[in-house]
Amino acid sequence: MQQRGRGRIAYPYIIWMAIFIVVPLILILFYSFTEGDIHNLKDLKFSVSSYKKVLEPIYLKVIGNSFVLAGISTLICLIIGYPVAMIIANTDVKHRNLLLMLFLVPIWMNFLLRTYAWMSLLSPNGLINRLLLWLGLPKIEIMPGKTAVLLGMVYNFLPFMVLPIYTVLSKIDKHVIEAANDLGGNSVITFIRVILPLSVPGIVSGITMVFLPAVSTFVISGLLGGGKTPLIGDLIEQQFLSSRDWHFGSSLSIILMIMILISMAVMSRIDKSPPEEERRKI
Amino acid sequence: MQKAVKRIYMSIVFLFLYAPIIVLIVFSFNKSKSRGQWGGFTFDWYFDLFKDRQIREALYFTLLIAVISTLVSTIVGTIAALGISNMSKIGRTVVLNINNLPVLNPDIVTGVALMTLFISTRIELGFVTMLIAHIVFSIPYVILAVLPKIRQMNKHTAEAALDLGATPAYAMRKVIIPEIMPGIISGALIAFTLSIDDFVISFFTAGTSVTNLSILVYSMARRGVKPTINALSTLMFTTVLILMLIINKKTDKGEDIII
Amino acid sequence: MSKNLIELKNLTKRYNDMTAVDSINLTIKENEFVTLLGPSGCGKTTTLRMIGGFEDPDEGEIFFEGKLLNDVPAYKRNINTVFQRYALFTHMNVYENVAFGLRVKKVSNDEIDRRVKRMLKMVDLAGFEKRNVDSLSGGQQQRVAIARALVNEPKVLLLDEPLGALDLKLRKEMQIELLDMQRSVGITFIYVTHDQEEALTMSDTVVVMNKGVIQQIGTPEDIYNEPINRFVADFIGESNIIEGVMLEDYKVSFDGLVLDCVDKGFALNEPVDIVIRPEDIRIVVNPDEGMIKGTVTSVVFKGVHYEMIIESDKREYLVQRTVMFPEGSVVGMNVQPADIQVMKRGDVPCSKEEEEG
Repeated sequence: MQQRGRGRIAYPYIIWMAIFIVVPLILILFYSFTEGDIHNLKDLKFSVSSYKKVLEPIYLKVIGNSFVLAGISTLICLIIGYPVAMIIANTDVKHRNLLLMLFLVPIWMNFLLRTYAWMSLLSPNGLINRLLLWLGLPKIEIMPGKTAVLLGMVYNFLPFMVLPIYTVLSKIDKHVIEAANDLGGNSVITFIRVILPLSVPGIVSGITMVFLPAVSTFVISGLLGGGKTPLIGDLIEQQFLSSRDWHFGSSLSIILMIMILISMAVMSRIDKSPPEEERRKI
Repeated sequence: MQKAVKRIYMSIVFLFLYAPIIVLIVFSFNKSKSRGQWGGFTFDWYFDLFKDRQIREALYFTLLIAVISTLVSTIVGTIAALGISNMSKIGRTVVLNINNLPVLNPDIVTGVALMTLFISTRIELGFVTMLIAHIVFSIPYVILAVLPKIRQMNKHTAEAALDLGATPAYAMRKVIIPEIMPGIISGALIAFTLSIDDFVISFFTAGTSVTNLSILVYSMARRGVKPTINALSTLMFTTVLILMLIINKKTDKGEDIII
Repeated sequence: MSKNLIELKNLTKRYNDMTAVDSINLTIKENEFVTLLGPSGCGKTTTLRMIGGFEDPDEGEIFFEGKLLNDVPAYKRNINTVFQRYALFTHMNVYENVAFGLRVKKVSNDEIDRRVKRMLKMVDLAGFEKRNVDSLSGGQQQRVAIARALVNEPKVLLLDEPLGALDLKLRKEMQIELLDMQRSVGITFIYVTHDQEEALTMSDTVVVMNKGVIQQIGTPEDIYNEPINRFVADFIGESNIIEGVMLEDYKVSFDGLVLDCVDKGFALNEPVDIVIRPEDIRIVVNPDEGMIKGTVTSVVFKGVHYEMIIESDKREYLVQRTVMFPEGSVVGMNVQPADIQVMKRGDVPCSKEEEEG
């Protein structure tokens, strides 16, 4: 009796959600399918021209770039991150927390600042090149450029990969591994046949948690790519802040959303454990 | 052998993670303004920090917005979570799916969508819009933090309080809220850190009249960051580090590290 | 026993299309220990929750000391509940849990202290005041839940599967303790369980429910010895239920046998269900001395007795005896007329489900 009634206390938030979550997205959808002066509602008319614009080669390339770079950085994060997660998970409890904390602490420094610090490290006259020079080695010139953007993505999103994998690995019952060994599996077989399959949920949420922010970033590419390798995020930012082409920006946003929804649907096919909480937290 | 390999591997990873941070900290004590040059040790930038109006203002807005949005989103989110947990299954699914949108959507989409809403409704971008935006993206996390606690709670706990003579309001105050307090606290912590850390959504909703630290750093990064910012981030970083150490020592539980 | 305390009249509760409780009538007396017994989903918990005030009945009335209780909210009813899995307040210690109801009623601190201490002593938890409820064992949590309810001196205590989360040994101990408590505080207990043994051990009155309908109300002995239909017979204890025909008064027939019984009042040749409890079947070594001849096909030692399955040419019988007959031996079986219980054939399904979700 009292129960159903208490659902009503959620109503104010439902209204809030409608105004600040649903309406803005509908507006974006609306602008993506119209053209004309955005400040004059009467002037707007239905059009798919901004979607057609997305299909122009120059923009398709940007979108392609975003997905390729985000994909590569996700893969690198997985390759680097999985062993890290495994090493942390296998450390004894006392040191494990210390390791985990050491791993998470950098997140607490503003990520723009950390990215900025990479600029000073990587720039042509930056610290790394000075070091190389001092050692008599050739300079590296990756910034501004794709490599630097990749590095920035891996740097910023690596913890998103490690954490979920670590969480899953640390929950695997040690007896399962012992049982596998007991049944004659050597450590490689045990890993491939037992540990890896059991950690799939962690891998899946790790991939989602890295790929999502990587594909939509505009800060990393702006700072480390020096505008040479614009990503879909940069494009959206430009449309809303400098070129003021909301229609095009909206179409790009819708396309980004759809592509992300599709990749998430694919991922959740592979496993059903939403990364929800962890993602933004870190 | 294997152990040594592990050690070396972890050392390299940690070097990678900490290199930029060490650079920032070292340069906050650098007399030279250039970011490549070491010009001797100094505390000047720390003193400048308190004189620099721009940074002081950005810090002020960052903290003010973080505090207000944390308070509002924690209260609203907790009430909403309590309501949602009592809704019918269909209603709950719909509400939770919409609630998850800001969590799953790229920040940039949330940012431009909110900006579009404000500009279309002729609301001037500024402090209020940025605050609203922060509340918008924080509440979903609070709900996601509180709901599991409500679910964990024995479903008869509220009834037990009524059974013992408590009015519904008294039961809420003295039993339900205290029972889900851990969820509320972690929700608040998440909301606070998200707000402090946010750049993308603030960037699109702040307009030109207000600036928070992230926006300030972003605009400076292209022109060259003032060393005072290095000093500020070193201070913030050490504060957080110390807090983390204290929390870790206190909980001592192991598994539940608050990120 | 004394006067009526609670009366349920045509009480009905529906969830969407499903009728959880279907027009039940029940009278509960003062100081009575009443058990609502039935499989999961039979409506026993819903009935209890309506008495407690946590569900509104769709039809019918609940009377408490002659007064209509329907519109009185839970927190104003002089009834307390021990919930499934206790529902203790985990953010409070043992003392505060027990004190909760008294604090709500603004009882003075001295009085609270006195009553809480006395109650904790009664449930054998003196010295546990400051303990966190999470740190207690299942049995101790159970006692806190009981103390928390009883400290308010309710007229009625509702218990919803209170022992369900305990292991067998503890459950047996708590059964006895609960009974002692009920006797010493002298209040009415309404107890919900799906465990027939628990119901038979503890209750003054057992109410067997199925599908929202009361099947039978009676003393444990009545329910066990004189089940009113196939459902009750099957649900209460283990039994051999056999379809047969009542030839005339005191004569029942099945599998081509005609046996004497003590039942009467059926129509001639009325189809009936016959219940024979496993412990009521005697075995004789010489198969020809038995009414029914059969082969032992399985023997399991159960501690107190051996449980054997004996197959006649028509059916299997479950038999419990303290003497074992080896598998494969051919034996005879006898049943006393008084041990044959004849029931009207109903269309009640006889599935025996486990545990409440």
